[in-house]
Amino acid sequence: MMNIENIDIKEFRQKMLDLRATGMDFLREMVGMDWNEEGLGVIYILENSATHEGKEVAVRTANRENPQVPTMSDIWQVAEIYEREVYDFFGIEFTGHPDMRRLFLRNDWIGFPLRKDYDASEAINPVRLESETNEEIHREYDIAEEKQLAELVEKMKILHYDQFVINIGPQHPATHGVLRFRLSLEGEVVRKVDIHCGYIHRGIEKMCESRTYPQTLAFTDRLDYLSAHQNRHALCMCIEKAMGLEVTDRVQYIRTIMDELQRIDSHLLMFSCMAMDMGAITSFIYGFREREKILDIMEEVTGGRLIQNYNIIGGVQADITPDFAAKVKEFCNDQKQRLKEYYDVFVNNVILRNRTIGVGVLSREDAISFGATGGTGRASGWACDVRKRHPYALYDKVDFKEILHKGGDCYDRLLVRLEEIVESIRIIEQLIDNIPEGDYKTKTKPIIKLPEGQFSASVEGSRGEFGVFIESHGDKTPYRVKFRPTGLPLIAVAQKIMKKHKVADLITIGASLDYVIPDIDR
Amino acid sequence: MIDFSSINSTIDSYLHSVLPAQVATLVECAIIAVCAIVAYLAFAIVMIFMERKVCAAFQCRLGPTRVGFWGLLQVFADVFKMLIKEIIDIKNSDWALYTLAPFLVIMSSIITFSCLPFDNGLQVLDFNIGVFFIMAASSFGVLGILLAGWSSNNKFAMIGAIRSGGQMISYELSMSLCILTLVVLSGTMQVSEIVEMQRGGWFIIRGHIPAVIAFIIYLIAGNAETNRAPFDLPEAESELTAGFHTEYSGMGFGFFYVAEFMNMFIIAGIASTLFLGGWTPFYIPGLEGFNEAMEWIPGFVWFLGKTLFVVWLLMWVRWTFPRLRIDQVLVLEWKYLVPIGLLNLLIMTVCVVMGWTL
Repeated sequence: MMNIENIDIKEFRQKMLDLRATGMDFLREMVGMDWNEEGLGVIYILENSATHEGKEVAVRTANRENPQVPTMSDIWQVAEIYEREVYDFFGIEFTGHPDMRRLFLRNDWIGFPLRKDYDASEAINPVRLESETNEEIHREYDIAEEKQLAELVEKMKILHYDQFVINIGPQHPATHGVLRFRLSLEGEVVRKVDIHCGYIHRGIEKMCESRTYPQTLAFTDRLDYLSAHQNRHALCMCIEKAMGLEVTDRVQYIRTIMDELQRIDSHLLMFSCMAMDMGAITSFIYGFREREKILDIMEEVTGGRLIQNYNIIGGVQADITPDFAAKVKEFCNDQKQRLKEYYDVFVNNVILRNRTIGVGVLSREDAISFGATGGTGRASGWACDVRKRHPYALYDKVDFKEILHKGGDCYDRLLVRLEEIVESIRIIEQLIDNIPEGDYKTKTKPIIKLPEGQFSASVEGSRGEFGVFIESHGDKTPYRVKFRPTGLPLIAVAQKIMKKHKVADLITIGASLDYVIPDIDR
Repeated sequence: MIDFSSINSTIDSYLHSVLPAQVATLVECAIIAVCAIVAYLAFAIVMIFMERKVCAAFQCRLGPTRVGFWGLLQVFADVFKMLIKEIIDIKNSDWALYTLAPFLVIMSSIITFSCLPFDNGLQVLDFNIGVFFIMAASSFGVLGILLAGWSSNNKFAMIGAIRSGGQMISYELSMSLCILTLVVLSGTMQVSEIVEMQRGGWFIIRGHIPAVIAFIIYLIAGNAETNRAPFDLPEAESELTAGFHTEYSGMGFGFFYVAEFMNMFIIAGIASTLFLGGWTPFYIPGLEGFNEAMEWIPGFVWFLGKTLFVVWLLMWVRWTFPRLRIDQVLVLEWKYLVPIGLLNLLIMTVCVVMGWTL
């Protein structure tokens, strides 16, 4: 149960500035809310990156026609993209925001889909067959003088016509999915990046609101498919916490091991894809060769290779197979040898070092301000591992190191991933021989109802902190579910650090940030 | 050793005896053209198959195994697929240049190919400025690439073409410097004479240190000339989808593809001609029996063996290294390879003048 402080909208900005001054420098989540007659609002989940102290505040506005909330984008940089998301779904305009456009939906979309009174009929928003036009100018607010208008418009143009504008994506080999960068180039140098998401937006949060709790689980595997286990773990954990349900030790062991296997899987894929993006196709095949073994293990245990549907409320779907431990141990031993191969053929290569060291540097302050968790944050020296900050499952019982690097460039981001594979293997090796006997799931009632209130849980996904926020009004369906995307802050980071680099670096930076599009778009 | 020039002159005199002189020349030209193109395609098929198998070996895979025994028919299936593909007409492209571009590339490649001495007398073009001609013919391939990028009216293709222009014109310089180094050593530009001179010892051994340096620089520059990894930025698929040939389909693309492979073969062929003795066998002075045994191996086997060895070296590099960035490519060329190449040329000249060669 979360303790959310309501702040009046008039003194909201000042209060937030005060909170920032007290060291709340990490804006973990921003949840748009529609409380029906109580109006629209936004919940901010803040954290102090040094003390890991949390703080939740909410702001409400009763005006449904033209709701306005002051912007936080100058206090926490990630708020710029979060606010665009809230605007997209709830129509809350953030006064003072530099770029208030829709983020996921088309700019000719009518209505705001996550509002409770949203009309989803096809007559209003038919399937449009014509291409979307690009909005060329940001919306602007508060122009003090008429004279400044022309000057301001010029300044606010997203991309200028005299620039060489190219689209990377939505169908492009290096965007790892359907994401679109609009670039303006000067020769090979990138002058500005404008990111368009939403090509695979499915409205998962909206869908959750009309499904029972066990039914919502199926969506999590389809967010970041490379951290399917962790995502589902987070949602199960959140629901279990709200129900007051304790899972058995065996379940905790299985969940932790599977999470770590999934992490190795994801990091191997990151290594491979980075190699592929940089033209080293042999290294790509090497990484996939080992990843295949993890997928085989997962297939045997869960029945799925990518979408596994393994965690359920109160446990896991099926018990582990008898030879699971032996296979995992064999894989771990093998993987340790293979890692040396990766270093020999790719990581220590002089071309790779020249292309990645000092490219796309993200400072520690920016990483926190952008909320870029996971390997990206740790490569910049920010100790942001949820497994250490707020241990869950068995992470407080196992011994592992949080990998931290100082440089914050593409090379460090790659190294963090590879070294984390070693740590994950260590965690698995500590647990695999000691899996206790017991039930692999706790019986739950067929219809699960959560008590009224707001609940949240977060886990360390493969590429950052994955958080779940549930507001329950006591029904069998959630009132609002919000997933903290691990990729959205990374996209915001990309937009910043890709500037002034070459086109080739842009691909490297994208690969090293390691985002997954379905997780961004949800 | 078989001397193919005697076979050539037999055919020549026979044709002249049965046909008027002009017609005989015409028929000869036609025969040679057919032979050259058939050989060109045959080697292209060998190269593509080799690339597939070598790359598979580097990546711990099997490569093609389904079509034909050991996948031998895979390349034929690929070519057949490419032949029956639709050639798409691009709206707003510069049609004439767009159609011309692949032909320019393949033409440059075939002309250079015909300068390669496969065996004693088995060479289409052989005259006193042969090396100079090879350099000239191989360098207009870049024109086709630039035109392809420009005429497709596609921004990705455009960037790819500009990159390739910058890269290929730069690397031609150090390639020419390496070839010049060898011309200094041999004292002639005629390809057949260069090979003939290496009967006494391959130039890479006779030219010792400067020749080895020239060989290494030549391989790097040659790799860049053929637009293959780590210098494949004109078609960097993860950045520019397919670079300059993004808009080509069917045989338009096929020409670029074949030309890329054959350019690699040509680069390797020139390397083996200039540095590794062309079709001359490997001799060890003093071991008469061994040398005689080497004589029994036909010249074209020597040539192909050496060439495919160099090709294998190039493939090894291609399947190991990540791609460079455009500024790094140019820095490598202008700040390292060209100065070293110039210095090397000087050293070689001094060596030759002082008689310090082996």
